[in-house]
Amino acid sequence: MSATVKTAGKSVRWVDDRLASSNFLKRSMGKVFPEHWSFMLGEIALYSFIVVLLSGVYLTLFFKPSMVEIVYNGSYVPLKGVEMSEAYASTLDISFDIRGGLLMRQVHHWGALFFIAAISVHLCRVFFTGAFRKPREMNWVIGVGLLTMALLAGFAGYSLPDDLLSGTGLRIAQGIMLSIPLVGTYLSFFVFGGEFPGTDFVSRLYAVHILLVPGLILALLTAHLIMVWYQKHTQFPGPGRTNENVVGYRLMPIYMAKAGGFFFVVFGVITLISGLVTINPIWLYGPYTPDQVTAGSQPDWYIGWLEGALRMMPNVEWVIFGYTISWNILVPAVIIPGIVFTLMGLYPWIEQWATGDKSEHHLLDRPRNAPVRTALGAMALSFYILLWIGGGNDLIASFFDLSINAITWFLRIAIFVVPPLVFIATKRICLGLQRRDRDKLLHGMETGNILRLPHGEFIEIHAPISDEEKAVLMSKPDRIPLPAPEEMDENGVRQPGARMHRLRAKLSNFYYADNIPLPTREELEAAEAHLRHEVEEAAPVMEEDRRLVPAHDGSVLHDPLNDDK
Amino acid sequence: MKKRSRRRSFGAGILMGGALLLVGSGYAVVNAETTPTPEPIAAEGSVEQIQVGRQLFLEGCSSCHGLEGQGIEADNATGGNGGPSLIGVGEAAVDFQVSTGRMPLAVPDAQAARKPPIYSQAEIDAMAAYIATLGPGPANPTEEELDLEDANLAEGGEIFRTNCTQCHNFAGSGGALTNGQYAPSLMDATPEQIWQAMVTGPQQMPVFSNETITPEEKKNLIAYIESLKVEPNNGGLALGRLGPVTEGLFLWTAGLLSLIAVAVWIGAKVR
Repeated sequence: MSATVKTAGKSVRWVDDRLASSNFLKRSMGKVFPEHWSFMLGEIALYSFIVVLLSGVYLTLFFKPSMVEIVYNGSYVPLKGVEMSEAYASTLDISFDIRGGLLMRQVHHWGALFFIAAISVHLCRVFFTGAFRKPREMNWVIGVGLLTMALLAGFAGYSLPDDLLSGTGLRIAQGIMLSIPLVGTYLSFFVFGGEFPGTDFVSRLYAVHILLVPGLILALLTAHLIMVWYQKHTQFPGPGRTNENVVGYRLMPIYMAKAGGFFFVVFGVITLISGLVTINPIWLYGPYTPDQVTAGSQPDWYIGWLEGALRMMPNVEWVIFGYTISWNILVPAVIIPGIVFTLMGLYPWIEQWATGDKSEHHLLDRPRNAPVRTALGAMALSFYILLWIGGGNDLIASFFDLSINAITWFLRIAIFVVPPLVFIATKRICLGLQRRDRDKLLHGMETGNILRLPHGEFIEIHAPISDEEKAVLMSKPDRIPLPAPEEMDENGVRQPGARMHRLRAKLSNFYYADNIPLPTREELEAAEAHLRHEVEEAAPVMEEDRRLVPAHDGSVLHDPLNDDK
Repeated sequence: MKKRSRRRSFGAGILMGGALLLVGSGYAVVNAETTPTPEPIAAEGSVEQIQVGRQLFLEGCSSCHGLEGQGIEADNATGGNGGPSLIGVGEAAVDFQVSTGRMPLAVPDAQAARKPPIYSQAEIDAMAAYIATLGPGPANPTEEELDLEDANLAEGGEIFRTNCTQCHNFAGSGGALTNGQYAPSLMDATPEQIWQAMVTGPQQMPVFSNETITPEEKKNLIAYIESLKVEPNNGGLALGRLGPVTEGLFLWTAGLLSLIAVAVWIGAKVR
């Protein structure tokens, strides 16, 4: 037993004497986690959240969540004597007069951007590998909840300093509230305590930003991790890995060291960037007043897709009985995100229902082996990215010397055309990769060695693939679409719910029909025999002729000129 | 045989070069005699200066603006370019357009772009003096009007945010307008050019006359823009002072990729 384990055992005993938790701790410390770099994307999110919490605590010591109008008299000269809210003035003080304040602000803001970006890539990893499947659907939903809360926390924080940019963002948020039929105006008056901007929103958003949302994030985060703990982490297929085991390293000491080290790397990278690169220079924006606005008014990146939707939407309004319905705001800012988040949250059940697959999955899918899911994900990403581009259309226009109108029209069309094309292309690529996998199983790996046989024929020598690779390739689950349901039962009576079943069979066909099946056992055996034969055939020739000439690309050619020697 | 022919062509080259030099310098001498480069003249619009300006105008501007500066309508049938009337635009407009290199126009595009000026300041003054004789228009600012010594930066900033930022961006970095037009960055503009732009309203820009923004306010505003030019980037690399878009771009490229690279490194199998 190594010294570390002994020490661990000692500390466990110490705790156990007091908490009687030895069983739990012993089990936990020895828990095995599988290894893959993509399993650390969620860790980036967790660690940047800790960084954001720590820096946020420092900021609360000096930030004044008040909209009382004062005259600035701090050390930033260009704003000296300007009337502004206490919130904005205290943010200026944090930036210019409080030791380490600007660094902390930048750590907090960059950290928040990292947090949400890491959540997003983590979400993509979970989606494309099918880690959300039973029994982890609930954890997927918690993840979607975490993402929503993170967006809310980010937006509330962005709005707190009461600078020109944050006020502009809030004004748009208020416009979105107003666009909701029937309740919009009431909602806006309720949130802002009267007419916009009023004198309440900073203190209200402050409570949301530092108490409510972080509290919810912490609670959801805890649930998220507990569920990972109890359901165990999924793993990629490989030799010895099954749906019933977990192959990896123990938490103590391997992952304690790795995760601990990674935390400091994340902390370090965020701090380094915050020390070197400006984020949100609020002193340049100036204090918010509703009659001012600046070019380049954009939200932080994670709201950018909604900004883009808003910018792309044609100006459609209906007036019904004197009441205006602002489709131009309602569609991009309320309906689209509503649909996106609903579909995202429900996706595990959608796929389950469509494919009829209700079994537990602890082995991850390689994305190519679930071509339709992968293609749907890629399609969603292309939709998101197009909206994102729309959010920065003005900067793209001035940067690339384009017309902003042309960009907007391009995007309006592309948003309908590009995602389906991406779907088709991704699915084809996945199926192509499946075919290559099948080829590898049947014919082995191409070695690049060309051999001329005595009778003049050229052959390329194939080598059998490694056992490890074979295990990965053979892990591909055989998925068969649900059969078309019997319309009538044996008595010739229409089955109840036949239409539903038919739809389901169609969907399952859509998901699975094009899959390239794995080679059968007979095919594999025949292929193996062939491969053996090929190697055998080549062996005597190879033996006889040792003068193989390397070709320009590194492959080996039989040199006919030297045959006689 | 080969050598001789090469020598002959070499000789011809020298001969040709000498001839070109002679003609060229001769032309320069004659040219200098006919249109002497005028000295900067402080007195407003002396007769000689106006004459020089008119000559320059006829050579460089009249093909679009008309021989009398009355403007020409674009002729779509022949593809001929038109130009607006210059009567009453004033010396400030001429100085702004020519000193920023926008005029003469390189190509009829969505908007005239800033480029290095092709006329000297003396020539610009001469043209401005000539155009000023066509009709009364905004004058150049005086030295006192551009004396930024005791300007009020805070007030200048407020005027800037109220009137300028919606097109020129919060830090004067410029921004896009419709149909390929744009509000240029203010970081290259001199105090004089900013003043001239306000009183003449070039291209898409509205006019901010001395009644809308008083000379005192103009002075504060220009002082604020000048302070933006020299203000250090307090938070580090400024990413162009363009707002959250470039910040997001930086995050997704340099920021997150470096962390993912570390994750790949940590997760790499030990072989």
